[in-house]
Amino acid sequence: MRAFALPSISLRCVPVWRRNLLVWRKLAVPSLLGNLADPLIYVLGLGYGLGSMLPQVGGVPYIAFLAAGMVCSSTMNSATFEAMYSAFSRMHVQRTWEAIMMAPLDLDDVVLAELVWAASKSILSGAAILAVIWLLGLTHSFLSLWVLALVPLVGLAFGALALVVTAMAKSYDFFMYYFTLVVTPMSLLCGVFFPVDQLPTAFRAVAAFLPLTHAVAIARPLLLGEIPGNAALHALVLLAYAAAGFYAASVLFRRRLLK
Amino acid sequence: MAVLAVDNLCKSYGGEEVVAGVSFRIAPGECFGLLGPNGAGKTTTLRLCLGLVDPDGGSIELMQRRVPGEARPARLHVGVVPQMDNLDPDFTVEENLLVYGRYFGLPERTIRERIPRLLEFAGLAARAASRIQTLSGGMKRRLTLARALVNDPELIFMDEPTTGLDPQARHLIWERLKQLLAQGKTIVLTTHFMEEAERLCVRLAIMDRGRFITEGSPRELIARHIEPHVLEVHGDGVAGWARDEAGPLASRVEKSGDTVFCYAADPAPLLANLSRKDLRYLHRPADLEDVFLKLTGRELRD
Repeated sequence: MRAFALPSISLRCVPVWRRNLLVWRKLAVPSLLGNLADPLIYVLGLGYGLGSMLPQVGGVPYIAFLAAGMVCSSTMNSATFEAMYSAFSRMHVQRTWEAIMMAPLDLDDVVLAELVWAASKSILSGAAILAVIWLLGLTHSFLSLWVLALVPLVGLAFGALALVVTAMAKSYDFFMYYFTLVVTPMSLLCGVFFPVDQLPTAFRAVAAFLPLTHAVAIARPLLLGEIPGNAALHALVLLAYAAAGFYAASVLFRRRLLK
Repeated sequence: MAVLAVDNLCKSYGGEEVVAGVSFRIAPGECFGLLGPNGAGKTTTLRLCLGLVDPDGGSIELMQRRVPGEARPARLHVGVVPQMDNLDPDFTVEENLLVYGRYFGLPERTIRERIPRLLEFAGLAARAASRIQTLSGGMKRRLTLARALVNDPELIFMDEPTTGLDPQARHLIWERLKQLLAQGKTIVLTTHFMEEAERLCVRLAIMDRGRFITEGSPRELIARHIEPHVLEVHGDGVAGWARDEAGPLASRVEKSGDTVFCYAADPAPLLANLSRKDLRYLHRPADLEDVFLKLTGRELRD
């Protein structure tokens, strides 16, 4: 049965990805500004505001500590939004997926295109924040450019997880659960705003399993000019989330749309 | 060689048989109509033929390829006009065609060459740069038709192509479909407009509760299933007249609301009788709608 088959991975997703790119190009400037504004407010507001009252965190000024967290969490948010609200619009409201599947493309091609697209958009967010971090002088190390290699992985992991939610969503309201129950707790548990070591043991154990923790574990040393320890392991965890999420989403979308 | 061959196709949803053993073959150049009340299984049959749904039983061969297994390559040569509008609202008229052509893996140049002709065909040449939201219902349907032709398909599936259109828009669509048939394209369309089926289809099947209940040319179906003359009678006292007098004069009498339908091979006795009454009536030849209502019943389907 094709219901549980592994999703086929093919370049047929490219024209679907290009469709989304063409839409995005029409709204590129407001979209980029929107992607930048939110994390920037956090970096500046918390970084300078809260940071001025704090001693050094993790051995560096708070704003430099926070910068790495913001790169990861804004990449996460960008991929999540795209794979939930935008993908749901295309699937359910506009029936764009239905139109695509009347052409010689399969649901697998569409789902893969959505995943790659969500990751692509998150790369823009991640890269934009990184640029601002450089402009603000919060990093000086060229090692930080490696963050550009990390960001797509973070985008794929969170894009895939969000697609699982989209596959189950009846309406836009459903996404609030995911934000309230998953995204927000993750932002607080995974070392974005404060070191994971500050957490009680039980929470620390939970955090160790969450993908954002592993993203931050790579990004923070890079921005501080250090080579991250266990980078391969952390990357592997993100990759596993991406693969498992993509597979689960594919199965759920098939169940929803190929009846 | 059939462009579509369906054999004993079955599909159930939650224990209910939506398509219950349907078989048919479509020859190249044919216009085949699938008629049926709402919920008869027409759209599900089309979705099965396109490989968008897996059948529970039976076999489908589309463009000489097994469906669903080889549905994707089969769809390279097929165009689809769906029942519900699914044009891309983020794009202009022209972009809709361009983006859709890419889904078929067509080279950019080929698509761009085809777009002016497609827009011309759809009567949308002046609206190439218009946004979808600014188009009328008829324009959208024509654009959907043009989009279905972007890959120059041999076979076009149309699911209720003129539902919701005004008569002008409907006639224009019919004109275009005739042009496509003249070019040698094959068309499979579902409809519940008998007039549409009679005008366009060489052959049609009436579907109800997941089965084909009859199949043939519009003329054949009328000759096979129904008396050639129909009198629609209404007015005060029509119920009494139908009860006491109409029976022996007509081969079949049906009541629907305040109207009595009398079907007869020879209308003369009915006409003679009615000329002495104070009832209003309409005498007309039997048509496909009479066949349809006889076979599928007059009660509402929702």
